[in-house]
Amino acid sequence: MTTTMDVQNSAAVKTEPSLRVPIVLGVLGVVALVLFGLLGPAGAVTTFRISTGADAIQIPALELPTRATGIALSIVILALAVYSFILVRAGRKTPTWLLAVFGVLWVLTFLTWAVADKSTSIVSLLQGSLLLAVPLAFGALGGLLNERAGVVNIAIEGQLLTGAFGAAVFASIADNAYVGLVAAPFFGLIIGSMLALFTVKYHVNQIIVGVVLNVFAVGLTTFFFGSLLKDNASTLNSPPRLGVIDIPILSDIPIIGPVLFRQSILVYILYVAVILLTIGLFRTRWGLRMRAVGEYPKAADTVGIDVEKTRWHNVLLGSMVAGLGGAFFTVGSVGAFGEEMTAGKGYIALAALILGRWNPVGALLAALLFGFADKLQQVLGVLETPIPNQFMLMLPYIVTIFAVAGLVGRVRGPAAAGEPYIKG
Amino acid sequence: MKLELRGITKRFGPLVANDHIDLVVEEGEIHALLGENGAGKSTLMNVLFGLYTADEGTILLDDEVREFDGPGDALRAGIGMVHQHFMLVPVFTVAENVMLGHEETRGAGLLDLDAAREHVVALSKRFGFGLDPDAVVENLPVGVQQRVEIVKALARDAKVLILDEPTAVLTPQETDDLMEIMRQLAASGTSIVFITHKLREVQEVADRITVIRRGAVVGTAEPTAPVGELADMMVGRAVSLGVDKAPPQRGEETFHVSDLTVIDGVGNRVVDGVSFSIAQGEILAVAGVQGNGQTELTEAILGVQESAGGSITLDGRELRGLRPDQVLTAGVGFVPEDRTVDGLVLDFTVAENLVLDLVSRSPYSKGVAMNLAAIRSNADERIDEFDIRTQGPAEEVGRLSGGNQQKVVMARELSRSLKLFVASQPTRGVDVGSIEFLHKRIVAERDAGTPVMIISTELDEVAELADRIAVMYEGTIVGIVDADTPREVLGLMMAGVPLETARERATQHEGDDQ
Amino acid sequence: MSETTAPPPESQAPVPDKNLPEHTAGTGSRASQVLREVATGGFGVTVLAFVLALVVGAILILLVDPDVQEAAGYIFARPSDFFGAAWSAVSDAYSAMFRGAVVNYQATDAAGFFRPITETMTLATPLIIAALGVAVAFRAGLFNIGAQGQVIMGATLAGFLGFTWNLPAGIHLLFCLLGGIIAGGIWAGIAGFLKARTGAHEVIVTIMLNYIALYLLQYLLTTSAFATGNQPKSPSVASSAQLPLLLGDGFRLNAGFLLAIAAAVFVWWLMTRSTIGFQFRAVGSNAHAARTAGMNVTTTFILVMVVSGALAGLAGATQVLGTEKFLTDGIAGSLGFDAITVALLGRSKPMGIFFAGLLYGGLNVGGRVMEVSTGTPIDIVLVIQSLVVLFIAAPPLVRAIFHLPAPRGLSKGVAA
Repeated sequence: MTTTMDVQNSAAVKTEPSLRVPIVLGVLGVVALVLFGLLGPAGAVTTFRISTGADAIQIPALELPTRATGIALSIVILALAVYSFILVRAGRKTPTWLLAVFGVLWVLTFLTWAVADKSTSIVSLLQGSLLLAVPLAFGALGGLLNERAGVVNIAIEGQLLTGAFGAAVFASIADNAYVGLVAAPFFGLIIGSMLALFTVKYHVNQIIVGVVLNVFAVGLTTFFFGSLLKDNASTLNSPPRLGVIDIPILSDIPIIGPVLFRQSILVYILYVAVILLTIGLFRTRWGLRMRAVGEYPKAADTVGIDVEKTRWHNVLLGSMVAGLGGAFFTVGSVGAFGEEMTAGKGYIALAALILGRWNPVGALLAALLFGFADKLQQVLGVLETPIPNQFMLMLPYIVTIFAVAGLVGRVRGPAAAGEPYIKG
Repeated sequence: MKLELRGITKRFGPLVANDHIDLVVEEGEIHALLGENGAGKSTLMNVLFGLYTADEGTILLDDEVREFDGPGDALRAGIGMVHQHFMLVPVFTVAENVMLGHEETRGAGLLDLDAAREHVVALSKRFGFGLDPDAVVENLPVGVQQRVEIVKALARDAKVLILDEPTAVLTPQETDDLMEIMRQLAASGTSIVFITHKLREVQEVADRITVIRRGAVVGTAEPTAPVGELADMMVGRAVSLGVDKAPPQRGEETFHVSDLTVIDGVGNRVVDGVSFSIAQGEILAVAGVQGNGQTELTEAILGVQESAGGSITLDGRELRGLRPDQVLTAGVGFVPEDRTVDGLVLDFTVAENLVLDLVSRSPYSKGVAMNLAAIRSNADERIDEFDIRTQGPAEEVGRLSGGNQQKVVMARELSRSLKLFVASQPTRGVDVGSIEFLHKRIVAERDAGTPVMIISTELDEVAELADRIAVMYEGTIVGIVDADTPREVLGLMMAGVPLETARERATQHEGDDQ
Repeated sequence: MSETTAPPPESQAPVPDKNLPEHTAGTGSRASQVLREVATGGFGVTVLAFVLALVVGAILILLVDPDVQEAAGYIFARPSDFFGAAWSAVSDAYSAMFRGAVVNYQATDAAGFFRPITETMTLATPLIIAALGVAVAFRAGLFNIGAQGQVIMGATLAGFLGFTWNLPAGIHLLFCLLGGIIAGGIWAGIAGFLKARTGAHEVIVTIMLNYIALYLLQYLLTTSAFATGNQPKSPSVASSAQLPLLLGDGFRLNAGFLLAIAAAVFVWWLMTRSTIGFQFRAVGSNAHAARTAGMNVTTTFILVMVVSGALAGLAGATQVLGTEKFLTDGIAGSLGFDAITVALLGRSKPMGIFFAGLLYGGLNVGGRVMEVSTGTPIDIVLVIQSLVVLFIAAPPLVRAIFHLPAPRGLSKGVAA
């Protein structure tokens, strides 16, 4: 695999300094102007609700003329595209902030158009996005721990699924959602330990093991679901759900408060996990060694680092993090476990990891983007907008293909990920 | 610290890589371990460093028996190693690489990067390395990377430092610097094991020399011993330094390269305006330190590497811009420098490898259907002709020895009529018997009237084969000289000194000596 | 059952370690080598891996069987009850599986007796074809994890042509099959193209394309061109486009099975007898050497993916034209992922895949009968299938479990 990649890379490197970014931005800007602005419904009004009933400070809803707002926003967007063009012409790169602002404005323009003559709550949209991002972010962080240590983790899907299963069953038995939360990581560990056993100890191809373990996880959980949970739903599969925890004071900040600080404990754990992992990865001995093993295991070996042990530890830890994310699907949202309920979210988590460039903060942001797409799809589905929700569902996958194809910047993962380490 | 190896034996299956090797390195001594490629030097050092476990034998440090279960143990015991292929994490900074494995922390496992930086700067200053602790390793030139490796070992207080073929990637000047560093280290009490196959370096820097051949110690020598004697010990018989090849019967110049330029992915001109011609019936050898654009030059001729400008013509036909298959069809025979990477598919059979670039031609296929009988009979013929030691055409090439693998590549490329033959490092890692055979075949191809281009980093090989010598340095051809040009001159040219200046300096040098 | 020569290149390609001497053992004759591999490698390990997986399956059955649980409550008082219950739970489940998959020895007529094996062949048909596609990619060093999406696209186009066009029988079928092949080929070709042009890793791209294909089909099934009424279900394909039944109306076995055999023969010829296959294998084993030998590596990537996807697309076509007859969003089931495990179990060799496909088809058909007759969920089959593949990929683990000696003459790195 690596050999073929090397041959590839030599051919692919020389595409960098180009006008691609400004051109893409420009095209998107024109699309926004024409579709959401000029062709927008005349006389329609878009209503964005900003406060929720529970807020201490109430802000009145924003009522905007759909077409005029669309045109105005599109013009700002096009101005950004032009600025990017000027920068690239001057030999500079398009800054990240510009891309971020561009993205936010573009989505806002789209939203103004999509919600024409209807009303939607910005807060619940963002709140929901963050919540839906939780399993993706945990999955991506779990995957990050694997891949930074040099083990590709296709089995995130399976780890989420067993985590979801374990959380549901244990929360049901104990009649306590938090017990489920504690159990979930250990169920992720089932898959993680098999991943480590076959890839680290027996050097089986990591991609194959990952794919097969996903099948295994589906088989195992569905088997127990069909044989035990179905007939004993009241005792084994009716878990209580995690409640919302208001952080005092912080949750009263308009917009940001309810979005960030009126959430389930999983969200707060996620904040902590991202911070800890960022520090851990780049500022601690553990992180330095893990990265060394993921980049150049032989070099790590020659300075006395036990490559196998490092990989074992991080693969196991990663599977626990992903398993915890699995708890979202049951105790974190709907409660009861259902067959194959992760429905490909593990693969989106993998995508978030790649899009986030194997960086905890990046992975979180990518997960948020995908969570937003998912939430938007739900909201638009309810509003009966002209966009088929299947296309919204496709979005994360399409974005990922664009990302790995280098259309939104080149991604470079840990060099040794995918390579078994066989001592000489 | 005194290092002693007693009766070290290491086997890989039926192959004995180290056969009861004894070695004593005194404190502060530079001990050269001299041997050909594949003689077992690196295996021995990997045993010493705990990367391999010896099947027999003991390691003693200051007369105390030690056992190393992994490099960690060896490091703790004060053994440091500068590997032939650098063991540096490319995306880490110099400081991170140096601290890796023995990180200083400030509570809670937080890295103390400042301490690591200081450490690097201090050591770097002491030996005049000029290292920037925050530079990312992959952006550094190889010579500097090697210094990082040395600092890495010294930072762990290595008392015994193993240098595995450290000069392979260095220019003569960088090599001189390295030798100065070695002397400095030895003077401060570090014991150094210097692994090499280059006789001149050994004579220059070593205090004592141990020669190994085919996994066993064949003798020790003083650095004052004549080169010829050392060479004899190394290869096990008198090396014929004079070549019995007839003078070239130069024909028409049919192969021309003019102003060829290759630019790599990061914008360096790795081949920079190179021009030369080769006549029919002549061997042009391209000499130079590894990494001075030779690889890119040959790859540009083959067409696997895109060139930015210039022209390559063969029999008046422009080859630049053609695909590799078109270049091969135009009559170019090509032997790549690394046979296991570019020359062979190791899990293919001998027969398959013998038609790797010929399979879509007659008689080996008709349309897309392969003619297995023709492929098989071709294999039988080539095995016979080149004396390839194999169980048969159906054996996987990966199971053959290096010399026989190289014969497969050569046999394939010489099995059709050629208009140009290009061979990089034609005998690297090949046993002596095969070297002689392969050299004869190359000369025979020349005598058949083919223009031949040989790329070699070994001056001995260049001297043996060349009718003319082109010296490359940093992507340019420093000069094209006659085969009888003195080594001193060639050496200076390999460091970028123009021909005339090199001649003058070489004569001065001789004058100084007398 | 499968060829026992080479280890699967994809699972344990021995990375040549530069520190190891390149030539290893001078081995004995070819015959003794084959014998040794039967004993210690290929076939032996396959059988033992299967046994192990069945044992794990049995343990799962015991864990959830109510009778066994009850008997376990007083296991020390009357252990025989426990073991009796355990034995009957496991043997009932596995014998039901056998009846469902091979022959129903409890049947009253010949048709009933033989129906299970024909069902197995029916289910195996798309599995074998799709797995051949996955294997072509494996042997060229590419991971086509996207068979699922390619099956969906193949089924979609084949089905669409089947229920919209009007052509004479035979010709219509040919066009529909071709449509499936083209759709699958293009879908995988996207991944090949992106890899060739930009270096995008095919594993990621094909995974993402799976979901895009699924949502695309779901969307199409909401459009008037595909949907029947409000149902997310297409009309039936015209009879002129259906694969003919092989054993009459009483059996579902159709000509798709013959296509599977033809596909296996084709892949065998392609990979071992054609220069294209030679090139595929060369690029898969050593892309650098292939390039130096004048082969176009990037074009090969695209071609490999197209061939691989075309086979998966054909599998989708046989599914919709032979077995299902109409499209739903579940048309592909888990075919694409099962195909990966079948390809691995068959060691990427056509003959091996043919039998591995039958085995998996059998497990699935038998699993249904088992579920109906003993209540053991069919999903246990997934557990067994995935474990078999994992065990086969790790012979040292299997040998360790059965306390078998390691094969001689293999160095640590190669055996691992």
